[in-house]
Amino acid sequence: MTPGGTPGAPGVVVVTGVGRFLGANVAARLAADPRIERVIGVDPAPPNPELADLLTDVELVRLDLDSLGGLLIDLDVDAVVHLALVTAPDQQQGGRAAMKEQNVIGTMQLLAACQRAPRLRRLVVRSSTAAYGVSFRDPAVFTEETEPREVPRGGFGRDILDIEGYVRGFRRRRPDVTATVLRFAPFIGYTADTTLTRYFAQPVVPTIFGRDPRLQFLHIDDALTVLHRAVAEEHPGTFNVAGPGVLSLSQAIRRAGRVAVPVLEPGLAGVAAIARSLGFGRYGLDQVDLFVHGRVVDTSRLEREFGFTPRSTAAAFDDFVRAHHGGVVVTRDQLAAAEQLVLESIRQVRSTVRERP
Amino acid sequence: MSSSPERRDARFDVPPAGPGPDAEPARRNGHRPVTAPAARPPAPADEPDTSADEPATSTHEPVARTDEPATSTHEPVARTDEPATSTHGPVARTDEQAAPADAAPGVTDGSGATTTGRPVAKKAVAKKAVAKKAVAKKAVAKKAVDQAAPRPAVTGHAPDDAAPAGPAVADRPGDHWDRRVAQGLAFLRRRLSGDYEVDEFGFDPDLTDAVFHPLVRLLYRDWFRTEVGGLEHVPADGAGLVVGNHSGTVALDALILSTAVHDRHPAHRYLRLLGADLVFRMPVVSELARKTGGTVACNPDAERLLGNGELVGVFPEGFKGVGKLYADRYKLQRFGRGGFVSAALRTGTPIVPVAIVGGEEIYPMLADIKPLARLLKLPYFPVTPTFPWLGPLGMVPLPSKWLIEFCPPIPTAHLRDSADDPLVVFNLADQVRETIQQTLHKLLERRPDPFGP
Repeated sequence: MTPGGTPGAPGVVVVTGVGRFLGANVAARLAADPRIERVIGVDPAPPNPELADLLTDVELVRLDLDSLGGLLIDLDVDAVVHLALVTAPDQQQGGRAAMKEQNVIGTMQLLAACQRAPRLRRLVVRSSTAAYGVSFRDPAVFTEETEPREVPRGGFGRDILDIEGYVRGFRRRRPDVTATVLRFAPFIGYTADTTLTRYFAQPVVPTIFGRDPRLQFLHIDDALTVLHRAVAEEHPGTFNVAGPGVLSLSQAIRRAGRVAVPVLEPGLAGVAAIARSLGFGRYGLDQVDLFVHGRVVDTSRLEREFGFTPRSTAAAFDDFVRAHHGGVVVTRDQLAAAEQLVLESIRQVRSTVRERP
Repeated sequence: MSSSPERRDARFDVPPAGPGPDAEPARRNGHRPVTAPAARPPAPADEPDTSADEPATSTHEPVARTDEPATSTHEPVARTDEPATSTHGPVARTDEQAAPADAAPGVTDGSGATTTGRPVAKKAVAKKAVAKKAVAKKAVAKKAVDQAAPRPAVTGHAPDDAAPAGPAVADRPGDHWDRRVAQGLAFLRRRLSGDYEVDEFGFDPDLTDAVFHPLVRLLYRDWFRTEVGGLEHVPADGAGLVVGNHSGTVALDALILSTAVHDRHPAHRYLRLLGADLVFRMPVVSELARKTGGTVACNPDAERLLGNGELVGVFPEGFKGVGKLYADRYKLQRFGRGGFVSAALRTGTPIVPVAIVGGEEIYPMLADIKPLARLLKLPYFPVTPTFPWLGPLGMVPLPSKWLIEFCPPIPTAHLRDSADDPLVVFNLADQVRETIQQTLHKLLERRPDPFGP
């Protein structure tokens, strides 16, 4: 189908997870779109007060995903955007058990409700490039067809595999619904606040000794654009969504002006678990695996189908660096100045030595 | 005169004290005028000696640094300057003449790489030889300026250049030491600020040029005295699949091959190696492999690289080839399932077989301690005459003589639809295997002494 072709934008859209940053922003974008009549935000918890301004045009419903079925039928919902995923366990909110409950059980309940909604035409599900798992035999670049060779060790990666499995089942049962699965690379940008942005915001950044993974980021604004268009237009299928280009972890740390501290890999997962339980950081096996293997995806299908290329990984990361210049240890200007200084002094020494005899 | 083009075209010999295939020996030759001046009449003072000797370096230094791709264009420059040096002695002449001619192909592109990688070492030399270099530097600076001027003019100026040399005016934009230091610092700054490009496979050309190739070059040129032939069979642009024999207990042959292709091929292509997943399991090694252009040997990666028009290097024997005993040297092992052939067929890429002789003698594997290998989860545990007896010293490869011969490419474009036909795949794999095996025998006949010159 041609990019931008809109055989009727959906009239009523339900967005899950509006209590969080991504959900609130997507809901706000959809509400601002004149083609869409109603945007209903669903979240069991009241939204973050910082996000309340965004949600003025969104009808908020405080609801658990298991009681969504009635709402979808009563309001004649055309499209559902499922964004209520938890990427890392949060000790304050029940840890890994609650995370799995929300991700896997929540998605199951949502899909069950969707299956019974007669008017539903479109389903957009947030997924992640973690769906490719990690293995040393992995190809360097994942296309949408690549099957994971090993089940990931991290909780989020496992959840994503389960979620995609349920969506596949849903597609079989409701072939009339356009299901779009968007596999997002880690978000970054001026406003994004994720485990990974907090990681890069530290002045001293732990890395894994002897590994320099290739990373890809997605600018949060591009993520919003893609989500918006996936709802407003019709793009069935699974898509990798990432900024073209690659940054290696060491390069990213240097670009951010941070200092990398290599840590030995054996036992690191255990150390991360202990640190997590003591309240330092939220790193888990998902992060350890990412920092050992790296993850690069092919985005040509997105570019073909959406006619849209997100800004490059390097550009997205630079935008993030501009927002977090507080913790910079060495800046580019300082390095350039140091280079000039050393060069000048070498020139001076050489010319004096040369003039002496 | 007549011998020089032959030497350059066929393959280079490296005379022990003579000039090497590219920038470094040429420069070193300038600093250590041992062989050449010996043939000369006794020099009256230190200064004329330098001036007579340095121009040889200076003439090809600027040549080397101009980024002209064609080798032939450099030659006139080298030749025109000959008269200046040749007056001193015929012995010195042949040697020096070979130097610029040989140097040119290697250096043209390597310049950025070689120069940036070694500023530290260079500095030390510079300080020692500052007084002596002052004269030469002037000449170099002048020469670099002359480069822009029409070629014939060089001949006229060449003898004059050394004469008005004064130490005071040496620090100029044409001063190559200065440029080298500046390049080195710029490289460091680029690295520290993350200001470089990495491709989707993790290949870092900046680092590869500046650090990896210069290091392997020492092994490839000075330690193994590698001779490379048949480079015309390697495509200058577009995709190509280079298939070689694997050997040597430690897979140094892959590194040597990639540096050989990069240094000696007129297009200075990067060879993108495909490695076993064991390579990517190991920390540090995996990082280096990716940064120097390697990736996991699997069909998606191979096809992606070939589809991007890259030159891909693969060793289908894998660990069976690397870990074979010394008694089985130069006996090609099984070629696996021929995955490399189907990758080539799917992308219509020509297959270039390459035979590498010399790798088998670097760590002659006398025995394989299998239980220990199983314990350490390695494919084999080697026992060589030096390892593990001498500890870390056993890691030093024996200085065997290496010959690398590229064979005529096997076109596959017409077989694109047969990529899944096992018969076609196995036949083609056999053809490649036979070609490599026969070329190995031919090369071995040419090299009676594995540790010869």
